[in-house]
Amino acid sequence: MTADAPGTDGVPLLVLDGVTKSFGAVAALRGVHLALHAGEAHALVGENGAGKSTLVKILAGAHPPDAGEMTLDGQPLRLRGPADARAAGIAVIYQEPTLFPDLSVAENIFMGRQPLRGLRRIDSAAMHRDAERLFQRLGVRIDPTRPARGLSIADQQLVEIAKAISFDARVLVMDEPTAALSGVEVERLFAVARSLCERGAAVLFISHRFDEVFDLCHRVTVLRDGAWVSSDPAADLTVDEVVRRMVGRDVSSLYPKQAAELRDTLLEVRRLTRAGVFTDVSFSVRGGEIVALAGLVGAGRSEVARAVFGVDRYDAGEVLVAGRGVPAGKPGRAIAAGMALVPEDRRQQGLVMELSVERNATLARRRALSRLGLLLGGAERAEARTWTRRLQVKAARLGAPVATLSGGNQQKVVLAKWLATEPRILIIDEPTRGIDVGTKSEVHRLLSELAGEGLAILMISSELPEVLGMADRVLVMHEGRLVRELPRAEADETSIMFAATGQGVTA
Amino acid sequence: MSRTDAGAPEQIAGNAPTDPDRRRRGLTERLLAVRELSLLIALGLLVLVTTLRNDRFLSGQSVKDLLLGCAILVILAVGQTLVIVTRNVDLSVGSILGLVAFATGSLFLSAPGTPWPVALVVGVALGALCGVVNGGLIAVARVPALVITLGTLYAFRGVDYYWASGRQINAADMPPSFLRLGNQTVLGVPVLFLVALVVVAAVGYYLRSYRSGRELYAIGSEPAAARLSGIPVGRRVFAVFVANGALAGLAGVLYAARFGTLDAAAGSGLELQVVAAAVVGGVAIFGGSGSAYGAALGAVLLTTIGSSLAVLRIDPFWQQAVVGALILAAIGLDRLLALRVAARLRGRSARDSSDA
Ligand SMILES: Nc1ncnc2c1ncn2[C@@H]1O[C@H](COP(=O)(O)OP(=O)(O)OP(=O)(O)O)[C@@H](O)[C@H]1O
Ligand SMILES: [Mg+2]
Repeated sequence: MTADAPGTDGVPLLVLDGVTKSFGAVAALRGVHLALHAGEAHALVGENGAGKSTLVKILAGAHPPDAGEMTLDGQPLRLRGPADARAAGIAVIYQEPTLFPDLSVAENIFMGRQPLRGLRRIDSAAMHRDAERLFQRLGVRIDPTRPARGLSIADQQLVEIAKAISFDARVLVMDEPTAALSGVEVERLFAVARSLCERGAAVLFISHRFDEVFDLCHRVTVLRDGAWVSSDPAADLTVDEVVRRMVGRDVSSLYPKQAAELRDTLLEVRRLTRAGVFTDVSFSVRGGEIVALAGLVGAGRSEVARAVFGVDRYDAGEVLVAGRGVPAGKPGRAIAAGMALVPEDRRQQGLVMELSVERNATLARRRALSRLGLLLGGAERAEARTWTRRLQVKAARLGAPVATLSGGNQQKVVLAKWLATEPRILIIDEPTRGIDVGTKSEVHRLLSELAGEGLAILMISSELPEVLGMADRVLVMHEGRLVRELPRAEADETSIMFAATGQGVTA
Repeated sequence: MSRTDAGAPEQIAGNAPTDPDRRRRGLTERLLAVRELSLLIALGLLVLVTTLRNDRFLSGQSVKDLLLGCAILVILAVGQTLVIVTRNVDLSVGSILGLVAFATGSLFLSAPGTPWPVALVVGVALGALCGVVNGGLIAVARVPALVITLGTLYAFRGVDYYWASGRQINAADMPPSFLRLGNQTVLGVPVLFLVALVVVAAVGYYLRSYRSGRELYAIGSEPAAARLSGIPVGRRVFAVFVANGALAGLAGVLYAARFGTLDAAAGSGLELQVVAAAVVGGVAIFGGSGSAYGAALGAVLLTTIGSSLAVLRIDPFWQQAVVGALILAAIGLDRLLALRVAARLRGRSARDSSDA
């Protein structure tokens, strides 16, 4: 057993031993062992549904374990609720943002711990000042007085991070905190995490991006199907080895797009402008082509996608599908014209959490599946089964509510939903966010196949390897403008980052 | 922990608006202010129009009647705000008020020498007890508050009827010192209204400036997240029902003092007016936003509409219609504000993070 390999000094700060947790018939965790050492960042990796978030929720006091022990500083630790975990110095960033949309960003950060002045009243000036200081430490600009409602998903994530680091935490647990962030922000987060480590905190970090895992973490624990597989120093591991342990087989992490015959222009966007958000954006996508929209988070990429699809309005410009204009602000017409948008914020915009997997998967396609206005259960189930199998959705049953799926599996259901509409034009915002390695290459193969069938695909992605591997053409946005167009041959990391950060361009 | 980099705050001012105190009143609060301002404007217009048609509307006596008329509704609306903010509702307040009012009368009837402060305390305690019943049932049954309080609406009223068994209590049965409470004025302002003002100020301040007050908003805004951030959701919701019951009890005592004549039907149907006042006052029925001040303004507005239509000799039928229209207008306004803010915030967030 490698869990307490020599070289780590002293007693671990926090130990989980034999932790088991089931949800009905689903065994989410089976006898998991984990030891977090002070001053160390520890990675937890595993496929979608491996049980990572369940482990996090147990650490957070949100789920009681069915069996198993926890110790903090060698003392038994019993958590009766999140408040206990907090009191024990465990700060958690959950996979799904847990914000209060009606309250201000600063209140979201300090809820229950607001700085006080006389008579135990909240000192809101101090609270806002502290929030600003936190954001400054993270190097982002978010107005602490604005309501959390309407924050972009990246900003929500940043607020969560600010919340977690505002604790004087001894253990910082981060469940895919970087999924929505771009490189600069990830670097800042890591700098903060490292400084916490230096001050003697333990960090537990979950991510599907291996470069991040190896960049930050000293130790890597692998989970598979709820069971502990291994814990080793990161230095002794390679990406391929970790993947093999996660998946139980070899996975090629390369996903080049197959060359497809380019057909007619299917989507054309002319001089699209929305005041203050994006300006004068023009591009076109041909059938069989994958065009990537690259840029930093907040460059306006998702906003352009939403405007093209008609969920948001725009002030000027036009959108043409196969040469015919699509009216602004009417997503229904866009769908009728053959467009599909897989949104960035899947949880809020893509799923009905209480409904079953199969209902969600076929939600966008119900009209086509119905005969004489009646929805036939059989057809719905068959369709759902096809797509959920293709995307390897891991669910107890197709009838299980989406809310009970792991984060990554929820993402897959949204993908299934839109792919099931058989669109001509697919706009896909961060296609593999939160999706594990095995399925990632599956999604890429699928996109490549769809392009081969003549679909026009517009892909927004913050992951450069994905952009470079998949795109026939790369459009780079910076501060709301398209600043660069790179054909596949000329696109590489430097050229894209150069354009995305606005260098060599007059903004 | 924010102490650690205390050297840095000056730099913030560099890339953000410079006057920190102006900035403190951020968007979230400005939105509330807009909502409350629109109520004040509506109220002002209503008074203006009515006075133009009939100048006695602003005479001392009529203003006094108006203030007296809205005091009880204001207290109930403020209590209801506490509940609605947590994404619950209490439909039993009218029945609690009726029960407590009758109990107060009975107390004086059976123990004529009782000093009124004792009656006040007893009434508030009885109201709080009803709140305990509500809160307890909700915690145990895990059924929406709407259903539970619909049940206790009938249950409390049933107790009231059983107890009264057709009797009526008259002003003559109550001590004059108590009845005077219902009509007395201080510098021309009815005592009842002053009590209501104190309640509004206290609850409004509590909701805004105390941790547990803010937690009520958090619970209503996103219950699951509230639980994850360690807020004792069950305990807070229970406390809110008890507080609302106590305020309904207070309103019941004041009702007895004001009207003197009591039967078991006192306060019937009041709950809908109370919820209407809160909604008109900008308290979102799905929880998470709204203020006690807004709810109080909503109550004043509804009462004023009632009296102004009477002054203008308009058919009472229209009063119902106007209240209905007002609720729809209020909801429309909230929706409009929300959309405009959303649009603005979306643009802003795209720009803000682009230069991060
Ligand atoms: N509340 C719940 N009810 C029923 N099943 C659940 C619940 N929460 C999680 N599960 C199941 O437990 C298993 C582990 O889920 P978990 O969320 O821990 O996965 P994960 O490793 O975090 O995956 P991902 O990478 O996709 O986030 C999954 O099969 C999931 O469906
Ligand atoms: Mg997870």
